[in-house]
Amino acid sequence: MTDKIRVLVAKPGLDGHDRGAKVIARALRDAGMEVIYTGLRQTPEMIAEAALQEDVDCVGLSILSGAHMALVPRIRQLMDENGLNDVALLIGGIIPDEDIAGLKTMGVSGVFGPGTNTADIVAHIHQLIGTKSG
Amino acid sequence: MIELVDPLIAGDRRALARLLTAVENERGGIEVALSALYPHTGHAWIIGITGAPGTGKSTLVTELAKAYRAQNETVGILAIDPSSPFTGGALLGDRIRMRELSGDKGVFIRSMATRGSLGGLARAARDAIRLLDSAGFDRILVETVGAGQSEVDIARAAHTTLVIEAPGLGDDIQAIKAGILEIADILVVNKADHPGVENTVRALKAMLELGHPTSRTQTVSHHRQSATFLSSNGEHQDDSWIPQLIRTVATSGECVTDLVGAIEEHRTFLTQNGRKVMLERQHLHTEVIERLSEQLLKQVLAALPVDELNVTLDSLQSRTLDPQTAVKHLLAQHAMHMAK
Repeated sequence: MTDKIRVLVAKPGLDGHDRGAKVIARALRDAGMEVIYTGLRQTPEMIAEAALQEDVDCVGLSILSGAHMALVPRIRQLMDENGLNDVALLIGGIIPDEDIAGLKTMGVSGVFGPGTNTADIVAHIHQLIGTKSG
Repeated sequence: MIELVDPLIAGDRRALARLLTAVENERGGIEVALSALYPHTGHAWIIGITGAPGTGKSTLVTELAKAYRAQNETVGILAIDPSSPFTGGALLGDRIRMRELSGDKGVFIRSMATRGSLGGLARAARDAIRLLDSAGFDRILVETVGAGQSEVDIARAAHTTLVIEAPGLGDDIQAIKAGILEIADILVVNKADHPGVENTVRALKAMLELGHPTSRTQTVSHHRQSATFLSSNGEHQDDSWIPQLIRTVATSGECVTDLVGAIEEHRTFLTQNGRKVMLERQHLHTEVIERLSEQLLKQVLAALPVDELNVTLDSLQSRTLDPQTAVKHLLAQHAMHMAK
């Protein structure tokens, strides 16, 4: 059996709008990936722990609250402390253009704002993960 | 893989997570790791939780886990959700209901997709349970997918099987149909605050009364053979467990202590008179037969000359050969191949 790509889709912070996260989760599922969806209002600790337990290949965060510059480095740090340095971090949601470069230096592999084609996200993950199926 | 064995036994969560992935992917080297870990299994009490989609399995699993944590017992959770038969993808959403458990190092939750065949899932689930067991968890909760044959299979790996029902899912005829209800050690009527709960309880009670004890003796041959034991004073005693019926409201945690109590009663029942040993022996018997069938099938297919299967199918379609004889021929070919 070939390896499946496993993705954690999480919504950190306090905003309660999860339609975007659900659309992404569904698109990745339809691309043959195994998506672990954790629901609303996750703390950075919850996300890093879920990423460890589920042994995912990448974590997709959906943030619409504007708190991305605070949440992302914290999540990246906790993931690294869990030994998940090789697990990619992607972000979607409302992210101002001027923050994108900063997020990338924090170890984010891709930033996907409103209007992104889901196929681009699938392609991005495939490129990151390489040879696995799904 | 083998380098992850010692960290897993020492309680390294990352090692456990990576071995679980290796089991799911049937990665090379995993057999060696599983062999090394097998002597470390046998500690956990394994509870299977099954029932139709939306009956509240995940929420109830969360409440059970909280109850066990309050008793200072560690909990491993295996939550299984279906894979798409079309794309192979899966959306694993059981963690959403389990958010109260995150942040507790005494709990480990792993979501698992059904992937390909049911047989493959049963094998992967058994191996995953063994990984959690050898990591030292006191309780392992296995939550199956919604409906179907696979849940019956997975119950064969559990010590105590809970079948979760909810009001409004069918009439009393549904309750006496064969299948999932037969495997229950404990029947849970969840959402007991919803209307119609009395009807559901009545139908299930009637089913239990109808079913006990003679029909269970015959129908539940694999999962839990009813047997006659000689008690210490030499008298024969009936050894069947009468499934308990518990009402719960998982969302508020109501009556979860009743459920925990019923599970303990079942555990006490099994640990007496060598019943647990017998149950585990039946499970192992089933497992060995399944693994053997799988391996033999692989061997037989691998030994066939290229195109032999197609030639056989041609003969079958032209009615020059019948399926029974065809299988005999194929087996004979395999025997010849082995003799060489």
